[in-house]
Amino acid sequence: MKLPDAEALLADLTARIRPDVGAETALVGIRTGGVWVAQRLHQALGLKLPLGTIDVAFYRDDYKKKGLSTGVRPSDIRFPVEDAQIILVDDVLYTGRTIRAAINEIFDYGRPTSIRLAALVDRGGRQLPICPQYVGAVIAARSDESIELRQDDTGRLTLAIAARPS
Amino acid sequence: MNANPQLTPGGKLRHLLTTEGLPAEILLQVLDTAQSFISVTAREVKKVPLLRGKAIFNLFFEPSTRTRTTFEIAAKRLSADVLNLNIATSSQTKGETLLDTVDNLSAMHADMFIVRHSQSGAAHLIARHVGPDIHVVNAGDGRHAHPTQALLDMFTIRHFKGGFNHLRVAIVGDILHSRVARSEIHALTTLGVPEVRVVGPRTLLPKSVESLGVQVFHDMERGLEGVDVVVMLRLQNERMEGALLPSAQEFFKYYGLTPEKLSRAKPDAIVMHPGPMNRGIEIDSTVADGRQSVILPQVTFGIAVRMAVMSILAGN
Repeated sequence: MKLPDAEALLADLTARIRPDVGAETALVGIRTGGVWVAQRLHQALGLKLPLGTIDVAFYRDDYKKKGLSTGVRPSDIRFPVEDAQIILVDDVLYTGRTIRAAINEIFDYGRPTSIRLAALVDRGGRQLPICPQYVGAVIAARSDESIELRQDDTGRLTLAIAARPS
Repeated sequence: MNANPQLTPGGKLRHLLTTEGLPAEILLQVLDTAQSFISVTAREVKKVPLLRGKAIFNLFFEPSTRTRTTFEIAAKRLSADVLNLNIATSSQTKGETLLDTVDNLSAMHADMFIVRHSQSGAAHLIARHVGPDIHVVNAGDGRHAHPTQALLDMFTIRHFKGGFNHLRVAIVGDILHSRVARSEIHALTTLGVPEVRVVGPRTLLPKSVESLGVQVFHDMERGLEGVDVVVMLRLQNERMEGALLPSAQEFFKYYGLTPEKLSRAKPDAIVMHPGPMNRGIEIDSTVADGRQSVILPQVTFGIAVRMAVMSILAGN
């Protein structure tokens, strides 16, 4: 399968979000790929509120099955979440379970006015009623494949297909 | 039988009984996970849902306020249900054996036991006895080990000193009776601290303590020369009655941490103490409350470290 250019998708995504951005808009990126996308969006959109990052390890629903993931990083949200207008950013949107976990975590910081969802890639396969407001591209992938975002040393983003660990 | 009863066959942490023999990766996993929990405790809601529905029993056969409380707060911040059993005043005084107590609590569907006991090896005994889904944390057993105290001290050292492989660390006082000292020495050497010193009178140092990879000093001023970290140990009052020490005043004169003795350490050296402190016996109040003291941050970090230990164990 030929994957689209991640940099071109990022430009499209930026253009889709731009009309909705105001002084109260805050971005929260989900580790790891979502943070890369959010960093680029934050810069391109010239947002004033500091970029938030979130690691959903403490909120995942597969803890009982898989245990705590190694390499958990601290979540870091430095703007007041209370009454903020948040855009949650992920790289590849799939089942929606990560988004559920991220929303729960955000609410433990306060009650935002709204949360919208931006994803560079939507590969379908949702298992929860979660719907993104901004998408770079919709890509169909087999369930045994995973679409991964990668970042090289210069910060350039690319998409790749990998086998899913079963 | 598995050589290290703390680990699963896959090498993951199942129980935390001692820092001895634990690989550096596991120690660092605890410290890194604790770092993430620090940010949780600064939020509006200081809880995460990880251990929702789990029952954690604090089994304290020996009195403790700080350790028990920090385990309790840690468990509650992970959304677990916590039950505190003060066994000194309970069934054991009616003659029930340790393992009978554990069996009864297991029958109440306990998921984890936090155990403090005056007998070395009590937590090991319980860990070998319990079913496969129950986890055991040693919160101090006799003179043997106190691994969560050692881990929170490692966290504190890393927080203030940025790492381990450039440090000189001195542990001062009653090494002989100290489970904290033993657990610290194992953790420090595993994490790559190049120079660990123990400082104390001959009567309070274990025989052949050098075999643990430490340097021994009987003169405190020499022992503190150029160190980055000073770990003071509590002088247990009950030890004063035997022939080990002449008097508390005498001990303070030679091994109490005063500003003068501390001036031998590096100017930015930190001072740690596992608590509870005996002011005027092992540590002078000027030092305990001074700018180099990190004794209260140790307590705060202890919560995050215990959250990390419990959440790693319960998931393995």
